[in-house]
Amino acid sequence: MSRTFNNTQPIYLQMIRRICRQVVRGELKAGDKLPSVREMAVQNGVNPNTVQRVYTELERLAIAETRRGLGSFITEDEERLKQLREDLKNEQIDTFIKDMSETGFSAEEIVEGVRQKLLITKAGRV
Amino acid sequence: MTEHIVSFSQVTKRYPGKLALNNVSFQLPRGRIIALVGPNGSGKSTILKLIAGLVRPSRGSVTVCGKKAGRRIAGEVAYLSELDALYPFFTVEETIKFNAGLFADFEHQKAQEILHFMHLEPDKKVRHLSKGNRGRLKILLTLSRRAPLLLLDEPLAGLDPLVRDSIIKSMISYLDLREQTVLMSTHEVSEVEPALDLVISLGNGQIKGMEEVEKIREQYGCSLVDWMKETLAK
Repeated sequence: MSRTFNNTQPIYLQMIRRICRQVVRGELKAGDKLPSVREMAVQNGVNPNTVQRVYTELERLAIAETRRGLGSFITEDEERLKQLREDLKNEQIDTFIKDMSETGFSAEEIVEGVRQKLLITKAGRV
Repeated sequence: MTEHIVSFSQVTKRYPGKLALNNVSFQLPRGRIIALVGPNGSGKSTILKLIAGLVRPSRGSVTVCGKKAGRRIAGEVAYLSELDALYPFFTVEETIKFNAGLFADFEHQKAQEILHFMHLEPDKKVRHLSKGNRGRLKILLTLSRRAPLLLLDEPLAGLDPLVRDSIIKSMISYLDLREQTVLMSTHEVSEVEPALDLVISLGNGQIKGMEEVEKIREQYGCSLVDWMKETLAK
C-alpha cells in the first residue's frame, strides 16, 4: 500500500524530501502537474491536511506553484530547480563528510576512498 | 458555526460500580482526523457514546456543534458502533437503502462509489458476509453521510490487514475534511498514524495527553506508540 515513513521525522517533511528527489532525478520535470491533494493522500495513505501542508511548503520554497482551480505544478523556473539539485547534493555530501570525519578519517582518505569506490562501481557496471 | 466541534466541560460518567470518566475537559477542532487511544476500559467508547448522545454524563456538559449532546443531534453525528448493528436478513443494497431512509444526509451516489471501491456485492445477504466485509459495509454506511462529525468506535478491530487498509484508504478518499471531522477509537495505532491529525491518549477515565501527530514526531522524535506508552506511564 502506502510507502512507509520513518517515525522520527514529520511525515510532511519526508514527503517534501521525496518530491524534491523525484525532481532531481528527473522523474518530475519543470511544469509537471502534481497529483491533487486527495489523490496524493490516497496514494500515500496519509491525511489530506498533511498533503496540503506539503504543497504549501513546496510553494513557499518556490519548488511548486499552485494555479487556482488547476492544481499544483512543479515550478518552471529552471534556475530554482538547478539550485535545488545543488542544495540536495551539498546536503548529502555534508552528512557524509561529517560522518566520516567523526569516525576518524582524514580528507585525503575520504577523497581517495570515494575515488576508488567509484572506479570499482564503474568497472563493475561495464 | 462554533470554532470547536466538540466540547467537554468537567464531564464525569459513572456506570454502576465503575467510574468510566473522571472530570474530563477538552475541545476538538473541526476538519481533523482524531484518534482516541488507550487501553481497554480507559473510557474511549464512553466518550464516543457521550458525544453521540447515546449516554448522558453523570456530571458536567458535552456540547456538539454548539448544541447540548442528546438524542436530537443524531442528524449531525454519524456513529459507527463497535458492535454489529446490521440486520442479517437484509442484502447489502437493502441495508444501504434502509440507511438512506433513516438519515436525511445520506448520499446514495457516494454509497455506490464506496460499494464499488470496496468490491462489495450488492445482492449478498448481510448474514452471508465475512466479518471483513461487514466491517467494510459499516464504514460505507458511515462515510456515505454528510454529517459534520463522524464517530468511529473501533472500526479496525478484529479485521485482517487488507480490510484495515481498505477502510483507512476509503476514509481518506471519501471524507471531506473541509466540512467533516472524524473521531475514532482504535488500538491499531501505528497503522492509522499517517492518516491522523491529532491524537488523544486516555487512561483510567482521564486524558493523559493530546497532541498533533506531526508534533510528536518533530518534538519527541518518536512514533505514536512510544508517545502513548510515555503518556500512559505518567
